[in-house]
Amino acid sequence: MPIISIRDLVVEYEGRRVLDGLNLDIERGETMVLLGGSGSGKSTLLRHIIGLERPKSGSVSVKGIDITRCSRAETKTVRRSIGVAFQSAALFNSMSVAENVALLLREHTKLAPSIIDLMVWMKLAVVGLADFGKMLPQELSGGMKKRAAVARALALDPEILVLDEPSAGLDPIVAAELDELILLLKEALHMTVIVVTHELPSAFRIADRIAMLYQGAFSSVGTKDEVRASQNPRVRQFLDRIPASAATAQAVGAHLERYLQNQEAN
Amino acid sequence: MATVLESVGRKALNRLDYVGSLNIQLWATLRAMGTALPFVGNRYRWRATVRQMLEIGVDALPMVGLMAICSGFILAMQGASELRRFGALHYVIELVAVGFTRELGPLLTAIAVSGRSGSAFAAEIGTMKVTEEIDSLRVMDLEPVEFLLAPKYLAAIIAVPSLSVISNFCGILAGGLFMFFSTHLGLMLYFHYVLTTIQLRDVIAGLLKSLVFATIIAHVGCLEGFRVRGGPDAVGRSTTTAVVRSTFLVIIADAVFTTIFYFTGKM
Repeated sequence: MPIISIRDLVVEYEGRRVLDGLNLDIERGETMVLLGGSGSGKSTLLRHIIGLERPKSGSVSVKGIDITRCSRAETKTVRRSIGVAFQSAALFNSMSVAENVALLLREHTKLAPSIIDLMVWMKLAVVGLADFGKMLPQELSGGMKKRAAVARALALDPEILVLDEPSAGLDPIVAAELDELILLLKEALHMTVIVVTHELPSAFRIADRIAMLYQGAFSSVGTKDEVRASQNPRVRQFLDRIPASAATAQAVGAHLERYLQNQEAN
Repeated sequence: MATVLESVGRKALNRLDYVGSLNIQLWATLRAMGTALPFVGNRYRWRATVRQMLEIGVDALPMVGLMAICSGFILAMQGASELRRFGALHYVIELVAVGFTRELGPLLTAIAVSGRSGSAFAAEIGTMKVTEEIDSLRVMDLEPVEFLLAPKYLAAIIAVPSLSVISNFCGILAGGLFMFFSTHLGLMLYFHYVLTTIQLRDVIAGLLKSLVFATIIAHVGCLEGFRVRGGPDAVGRSTTTAVVRSTFLVIIADAVFTTIFYFTGKM
């Protein structure tokens, strides 16, 4: 049974259809990359998978519980089995990095403070931030913030790890480090990982399967090789980096000429 | 004609929507308030509450105290310049004592707190909204209402009435100093007069008002924060709106309460 299954998901904002009848199954233990350009609806899809928003119709089931229409108690169990690292890291700025990671353990478990300290240190060590626990989020670099957010997402040992644009805004070396971290986590902890990204090298490095979104619908879903071999024009355009509406020099020149003529006429 | 009706209707609906949101938020907070209480609640919430009380109350103390002293002098001098003509200078004592406990103490405190803390609430929550921290709280199964609002509200309803009491004391003290310097009335004697003038009813009315003001400031501030959509500029706007709306609502509420007390007091 898939750990997450999305059925006929339709999302509309003010009459504009953002997601149009999506169907997707994510199996336990696989890394699924949601790939797509800006405005393709990938972040919206992510917000529905983690239950932050309710769709217009359709369902999202996590571990067999339909999170679009479940009780508060069920929401609680689902939320505790999902760890999320947001695009902006979303660390709490008034707390140190270690306190950020400890927050969930303190709030949702009855563990002794010494054990919590140990667990926090372990999570930080996994992401390579063991020496930075006492620092405040604003003192960290972009890549360190992202890693701290991953450590916080791992706090309660979730079955599903969700990462929103982990490598956005990072230099290639740091982004590659983050990819290796994701691979390590998957191998060591046997997690289901969902990654939203638009970075091709990163996607093909970490993915088991890739789902490509274009204008609110999947244009291709499959393994890395299947997507790479796809002949779908939308997929090809994205993979081969072909601009949609190229601004040619002639067109710009014509625009300028027309503008100047209008100016002269006045 | 239709467009006029339309815009009036839309404006009215927006106002109703705002009041409705405030009410929903108030009830949700009251339900979550148990967790912020000491001993029975969650100790991290209580710690957050204490921190908030320090920020709302203790940090505002110098400002509120000075404002009250100045207003006490102003009230006494303005009153004295008129009352002296009737040879009724001793009524200044009553004017200052009753004026402060019933009205000026709670109102001045509310305006100061709305400027300091109402805007701070809106900025804090608004920023958290923009940086996805609110979303982050929700996916971590920590309800923002319980985590952020309950400690702030509890702190406000403890700190604001306490500040009002101090403000009353400072204002009345200023009145006493004025009387001492203008008529050589001893301070002890002045306080004796003050205590015979003020009734328990006045004190309770003042505290009740300041409880309501605290509710308005905390909830308007937080609601403005939660309504932030977009980027950092929206946070700036929300802090301004928070101060303007909470000050406005505080004065409206004050008018309503004073009217009620005026008419029930006669009977």
